[in-house]
Amino acid sequence: MGLERAEIHEIVKTKFPDAVLEDAAEAVDPYIVVRPEVVEDLAFFVRDEPRLRFDLLSAITGVDYPDKKVIEVIYCLDSTVHKHWLIVKVPLPRDNPRVASVEKVWKTADWHERETFDLLGVTFEGHHNLVRILCAEDWEGHPLRRDYVMPESYRGIKNVVY
Amino acid sequence: MPDIKTEEMLLNMGPQHPSTHGVFRVVVRTDGEMVLETESHIGYLHRCFEKVAENNNYLQVVPYTDRMDYLCAMANNLGYAQTVEKLMQLQVPERAEHIRVIVTELNRIASHLMAFGTYGMDIGAMTPFLYAFRDREMILKIFEKLCGQRLNYSYVRIGGVTFDITDEIVADIARFCEYFEPSIIKEYNDLLSYNGIFISRTANVGVLPVELAISYGVTGPSLRGSGLKRDLRKDEPSSIYDRFEFDVPVGTGEMGTIGDCWDRYMVRIREMTESVKIIRQALDALPPGEFCDKKAFRGVKPPKGEVYHKVEGARGEVGFYLVSDGTNKPYRVKARGPSFSNISVLDALTSRGDCMVADMVAIIGSLDIVMGEVDR
Amino acid sequence: MNTPENLNPDPLLRDTVFMNSLDYLVNLTRSNSVWPLTFGLACCAIEMMATGAAKYDIARFGSEAFRATPRQADLMIVAGTVTHKMAPRVKRLYDQMPEPKYVIAMGGCVIRGGPYVKYGYHVVKGVDLIVPVDVYVPGCPPRPEALLEALFKVQKLMKREKIFDRSRRTTKPEVYVPGAIG
Repeated sequence: MGLERAEIHEIVKTKFPDAVLEDAAEAVDPYIVVRPEVVEDLAFFVRDEPRLRFDLLSAITGVDYPDKKVIEVIYCLDSTVHKHWLIVKVPLPRDNPRVASVEKVWKTADWHERETFDLLGVTFEGHHNLVRILCAEDWEGHPLRRDYVMPESYRGIKNVVY
Repeated sequence: MPDIKTEEMLLNMGPQHPSTHGVFRVVVRTDGEMVLETESHIGYLHRCFEKVAENNNYLQVVPYTDRMDYLCAMANNLGYAQTVEKLMQLQVPERAEHIRVIVTELNRIASHLMAFGTYGMDIGAMTPFLYAFRDREMILKIFEKLCGQRLNYSYVRIGGVTFDITDEIVADIARFCEYFEPSIIKEYNDLLSYNGIFISRTANVGVLPVELAISYGVTGPSLRGSGLKRDLRKDEPSSIYDRFEFDVPVGTGEMGTIGDCWDRYMVRIREMTESVKIIRQALDALPPGEFCDKKAFRGVKPPKGEVYHKVEGARGEVGFYLVSDGTNKPYRVKARGPSFSNISVLDALTSRGDCMVADMVAIIGSLDIVMGEVDR
Repeated sequence: MNTPENLNPDPLLRDTVFMNSLDYLVNLTRSNSVWPLTFGLACCAIEMMATGAAKYDIARFGSEAFRATPRQADLMIVAGTVTHKMAPRVKRLYDQMPEPKYVIAMGGCVIRGGPYVKYGYHVVKGVDLIVPVDVYVPGCPPRPEALLEALFKVQKLMKREKIFDRSRRTTKPEVYVPGAIG
């Protein structure tokens, strides 16, 4: 087994002292909250640092909080070498959510970022091909936002039947 | 003889295709028979699981989870139930834990049988498909006796399992294990695994190096076929998997290079033997007692918080990220399907210049994808 | 095919001469060799495969040859959820099939959206909004025996047709338009 979650958070906080906004090490599933500006450097650091070696990106997802006017992008990381794991959350402003892409760090981020863009509208800067992946190409709107309204019909086929 | 001038061709392996294991579209740029580049398009089965989960309460989400990976539905149910239980810190009775392990491993065998049968059919052999379905029907008959459904069970729920396992079903499972291992697995090896044509079509084809696999997020038998011994049942054991003795088979490059299609296929065949071992141990250790937490079956209201939990499904790591706001409906459920990451490696495997159009079919079959999980 | 004794008293001719219409003979041969199109989309496709396998053999009813190309098929079994991204392809495949063609809608999702009817934004609420459907099979997924029953109903439909109406102008159902009737 690898390091404890609190120790991992300490290592990250020592390297990026003013970027970590919150460190919840006592929650049921511990996580850290960082500023959007350091995402790319943080990604390279946690992948290459010998004590951490987070080489497997499990998922990139997002949560919409309209009352806090924030969209949070969440990175779930795993290490095949040390067998410990880490969750990083990045809060973004809801009217213009933009964050750097980590495609160069983990190649799986390519499709996960396209999915987050498709369903939530988060723009990942530096991505080579940010187009819709799950919904149809000319779909309008971002379905997982809390204020999304299902369209009445799409290309002539009625969508709301009851 | 002077060089013949060739031209490139754009070929569409469309959403409806006999060998793409569902609605999966690949646009292939070929030069004759050699593939130059591919581009995958998914989303033809996007059924909006995450939006549906936001609008239904915790118990109503369970049937939608097993329609994601419909071939190994018990593992999806298990992942969701364990995620909610982790957030609520709910203790599940011992008998329910044992029953969960038994049905998950039986479902893993059924899923690998399906992979074996359809892979043989993709390569061109019709017989293994019928043999695999003969054995799969036996497992489905056991499941039908247990919970009434053949395919989308919704059997493992938050707090335990839905119905108790009777002595008749225990005897059926024991009889199936007796019948299946070792004689039927030996039959499959004689039929397909060491067949000369099969080996020449799958050995040294689609070689996936370990670093590329981890970078693309590949997990499950496809990653184990490249030599890395990573199995969530041993590395991050949830439930009672740490009480059982079993081995984790990895690819060894026996017939060609390590990490080729034959290795991934053989890992699945060997995993079926290990699953039977686990089932036998769990059946012996089955304790009497409660099979569910009755209060949780009536309604669940986890405290505010977030949690991420993974289990080992038949195709890789099934993950659920759950955000709860204290009410009886989840605020956000994100499902991580293993086939989503597994199939993204196809573009890298085919653009190396040594892949032919027929090899593409072999590679897609060996990655063993289910489109319900890719598109959710 | 049973001829009563008084119609044909000669024992040599009895049971060797049959009187019936040409429609009956043509429909008999047509209905016992219905070739389906492999159109499995989601979970119902697995039950369709199980129907084709050895236990619930669909080959004994003549439908052994599942063609992959629509040009050679005469029955489209839509098995699985149809999404808005897939809908144009379903219509195109249906148009490519030659007449007379039949459609079985298998599973809850293609009947009226199934479990995704209320919150599924990307799901087409029923494949009969796109193609005309002859037989609906409920279930999630329906058992292989239910799919065989649907095949029998299609065969029964075929036996009622006339050879002068081979393109099914009078017997084909209509595409559903919600709110058009009443």
